[in-house]
Amino acid sequence: MNMSLFGFFRARNTAPVARERLQVLLAHERAMIGGSDLAAILREEILAVIAKHVAIDQEKVQVKLDRGGSVSTLEIDIEMPALVGAK
Amino acid sequence: MSKVLVVTSGKGGVGKTTSTAAIGAALAQTGQTVVVVDFDVGLRNLDLVMGAERRVVYDLINVVNGDAKLAQALIRDKRVEGLSLLAASQTRDKDALTLEGVTRVIEQLREKFDWVVCDSPAGIEKGALLAMYHADLAVVVTNPEVSSVRDSDRIIGMLDSKTAKAERGEKMEKVLLLTRYDQARAARGEMLKVEDVLEILSIPLLGIVPESEEVLRASNLGSPIVISNPLSAPARAYQDAVKRLQGETVTMHIPVERKSIFAKFLSWRVA
Repeated sequence: MNMSLFGFFRARNTAPVARERLQVLLAHERAMIGGSDLAAILREEILAVIAKHVAIDQEKVQVKLDRGGSVSTLEIDIEMPALVGAK
Repeated sequence: MSKVLVVTSGKGGVGKTTSTAAIGAALAQTGQTVVVVDFDVGLRNLDLVMGAERRVVYDLINVVNGDAKLAQALIRDKRVEGLSLLAASQTRDKDALTLEGVTRVIEQLREKFDWVVCDSPAGIEKGALLAMYHADLAVVVTNPEVSSVRDSDRIIGMLDSKTAKAERGEKMEKVLLLTRYDQARAARGEMLKVEDVLEILSIPLLGIVPESEEVLRASNLGSPIVISNPLSAPARAYQDAVKRLQGETVTMHIPVERKSIFAKFLSWRVA
């Protein structure tokens, strides 16, 4: 617990945070239940394209997703075998 | 014309059963005939909240299976004229309820009562779907808290797609009952405000039930709050909600507890 005076006041106004988190989350979930989770579709297709050219070790793939209000980011980090670049 | 109402929420523990009991009793207090039906197979509790737990002989599944006649399974409330209960079964077999069976029972109940109030189980499984399937109107019970609002949004989506009305291409009427609301905390920015929840869920407001000790007292006693303490703040909120269900226009406000100086003194002494 932050005992500073500033922290004390700031910690109490959490309702606006709740409101914003819900608005962003529900916008995505409503779209998802409608059957179009864009981020998930992109992730699958991008990985499929890469797998056509490179043998991907699933252990070495990192997918990060950040669903935002106006912008979402999909970050795919794939470790490629050394010989791919030397072709 | 009888009306089938489902009290639903997705999330557990937000006050579906309490609200079903209060709405059912308040409707009956206006002179209409009402049956409250527990759809929570395996985890029935409406009987307990209604104070009828020792009088359950037959339940919904007995009626569905034809082991009992509907009239035998209905438990008449001893306090309010025109109020009946149809309990859920305690069987662990979740498939005991079938759509055909429920359809038949709801049809029979429609003939006997002005209002059929269905208490949905939590979750989005078969029980919740069956509870909402025949509804003409859904009361979505929500707490001003993120997980409850999210689950309500999910349930609203199901009401719009998985009910008989939705399948017929009709619009499902849905209203929001905000429970456990603490106006002081909302004003201080510690709790989602009524307007926040309404904006996010975008369905009309049926009522605001304030957080109150009286709700636990009522369930301890096995008496719907509109019977055990009709003047308490939550009871007045339910009475207003019921008037709105009956088509009356009642100004929306959040009832506050009227504590006597003596009561304040007592609670201070106990604390």
